[in-house]
Amino acid sequence: MAITAFTGVATSTDASPRRKKSWVALVLLLPGLLYLVLFFIVPLVSLVITSLQVPSPTAFGQYDTAFNWQTYGVVISTYGTQILRSFLYALLATIFALLFSYPLAYFIGVKVRRYPILQGLMLVLVIAPFFISFLLRTLAWKAILSDDGVVVGGLKALSLMGSQDHLTGTPVAVVFGLTYNFIPFMCLPLYTTLERLDVRYLEASNDLYAGTFETFRKVILPLSLPGIVSGTLLTFIPATGDYVNASSEFLGGASSTMVGNVIQSNFLVQLNYPVAAALSIILMAIILVIVSLYVKRSGTDDLV
Amino acid sequence: MAGADLELVGITKRFPGFTAIENLDLVIPAGSFFALLGPSGCGKTTTLRLVAGLEDPTAGRILIGGKDVTQTKPFQRPVNTVFQSYALFPHMTVLENVAFGLRRRRVSDPIAKAHDALRLVELDHLAARRPQQLSGGQQQRVALARAVVNEPALLLLDEPLGALDLKLRRQMQLELKTIQTEVGLTFVHVTHDQEEAMTMADTVAVMNRGRIEQLGAPEELYELPKTAFVANFLGQSNLFTGEVIESAGDTIAVDVAGSRIVVPKSRAARHSGTVTVGVRPEKLSLLTTRPASTAAQNVIGAGRVIDVSFSGVSTQYIVEIPALGSMIVFAQNMVFGPVVDRGAEVWLSWTVDHGFGLEDLPDATAEQSPDDLQPLHATHTGSAAAGSTKISA
Ligand SMILES: Nc1ncnc2c1ncn2[C@@H]1O[C@H](COP(=O)(O)OP(=O)(O)O)[C@@H](O)[C@H]1O
Ligand SMILES: [Mg+2]
Repeated sequence: MAITAFTGVATSTDASPRRKKSWVALVLLLPGLLYLVLFFIVPLVSLVITSLQVPSPTAFGQYDTAFNWQTYGVVISTYGTQILRSFLYALLATIFALLFSYPLAYFIGVKVRRYPILQGLMLVLVIAPFFISFLLRTLAWKAILSDDGVVVGGLKALSLMGSQDHLTGTPVAVVFGLTYNFIPFMCLPLYTTLERLDVRYLEASNDLYAGTFETFRKVILPLSLPGIVSGTLLTFIPATGDYVNASSEFLGGASSTMVGNVIQSNFLVQLNYPVAAALSIILMAIILVIVSLYVKRSGTDDLV
Repeated sequence: MAGADLELVGITKRFPGFTAIENLDLVIPAGSFFALLGPSGCGKTTTLRLVAGLEDPTAGRILIGGKDVTQTKPFQRPVNTVFQSYALFPHMTVLENVAFGLRRRRVSDPIAKAHDALRLVELDHLAARRPQQLSGGQQQRVALARAVVNEPALLLLDEPLGALDLKLRRQMQLELKTIQTEVGLTFVHVTHDQEEAMTMADTVAVMNRGRIEQLGAPEELYELPKTAFVANFLGQSNLFTGEVIESAGDTIAVDVAGSRIVVPKSRAARHSGTVTVGVRPEKLSLLTTRPASTAAQNVIGAGRVIDVSFSGVSTQYIVEIPALGSMIVFAQNMVFGPVVDRGAEVWLSWTVDHGFGLEDLPDATAEQSPDDLQPLHATHTGSAAAGSTKISA
């Protein structure tokens, strides 16, 4: 806050010699701005136009420009369940990934700080999955969780699963796949903040009568908030739109279809471009609202 | 709450491959202002961390108010620390920092009490700021308020004034002393500044290489140092080493390269063999003619003044005496400027009663471990470079 206040003063009182520099800055910014216009604004506008089109009376898969905003209503009433389900699955996956990654990142970033070699090794293990395509890894999980795989076999032997039950094709498998695939995205930002956590604050907290849990809640958690915010965003946003894990070719099934699968099938199978575009825009809008509310709240420390 | 006694019994602390504290025994009475003085790296911070519970002793016991707390966690001990680095929580306001300990112990009305503590250190007007927005001196006072507000039985201060400039440091020394008298807590103040230790504390313990060399009231330590380390770390000393040649009545006489130096037996730790005796530089008189020797005075000389430095209140002379080495003399500026010039031939004399005899001999290797001892010696105490005048007979 203080920093924004200072920069505010600085820019408003800028003397004229600085003008030249801002010109240079503009030139340097140009490629980035061009990139944004080309790859974000243009597709967005074309997406909005597509979503408002009406089917051409003459040919299947052809659409004419119109202002058919009713598509949005149709989409929401038809695919409302899948949209809600996507956010629910993404939320669950984010929570599970956070619960799994936080202790791991804390261990790597704080506990093994004194052994840099071990620390490096553990980090490599966290990143290691990236060396294999995530499609392959998800397929591998499909095999592991399949009906004749060890997991189902074991659970059935323990009578924890009935003989007719499956794991693949269920919401459990989809949420599991999402969690698994996004753990590195959660873990790395957490590690980066925890690695910089000054343990002297923890000692001060201990000295001031805070036990382990209270020290975590009042000192460690707030100080690692930036990592939590970026980790959860990096998990939640892509997980919402993910169409691999929930696809029936991977871990999903008819009862666990997510909005990404609906968009994919409308675009590529049914060639219903307006519906697919409207779904994308709705998804984007909801994510934007959720994320800005979340970032705003976390900025004011209300999150903990 | 009043302060409580602190008792360390046979405390040893070993880090892998390094012994930081060696069999330390220490009793600090309730309500006292105790200073732990020693060069950097001698184990002061480690001692405080052991008392606070942030470090576990390898051996020994720690008792606070008679209760053994060796096995308890830091948050279970009635102890608060003002850390060398302050360690103020950056994500909280100054007020919340101060209220932190009160909230953890569910003390009623923590905000009002935190404001009171901030008023004590005259920072209540900055209560809403973040620690990063304060100067070093202000942060230090917040750290003090954050500890004092809990009224701990024992307040540990780890070089809390180290980051302050001289003027602010003097002011804070007075304030700390006032606060201690007001709240009546037991203060354990760690410092490497001998002047700070002597002006503030009731009792000073001089620490060196993980051991306490000597403990006592500041004037006692200064007037009667027991070891060469104390003689040179706490102020400056002129030291002489020689054989005891006479031990009659109340005094011993030591032969130092042909000069006879007499010390009262009551002020000498050892009465036979090779001993080191000494005298403080301000106890020496500078004479331009050889004085008549009397039983009550020691006289050495003649020597030559090789350096004169004027420092306002006093003048420091360095006198080179053949076979004895260079001696330091402080003389008050009773007249205008120095009384003798460089190159003058002089004799030095002092009253026998002002001399002292040490337990040990000055040992070149014992005095400094090159990496951490040297710089602080030179900058903060000013004693090592000029003051350690070691003479071997
Ligand atoms: N965690 C540690 N591991 C190893 N050595 C340590 C550790 N902490 C302190 N030491 C060593 O113990 C000695 C005493 O340190 P310290 O108590 O911090 O000294 P100071 O008197 O300057 O406060 C130093 O030589 C330091 O290097
Ligand atoms: Mg220290």
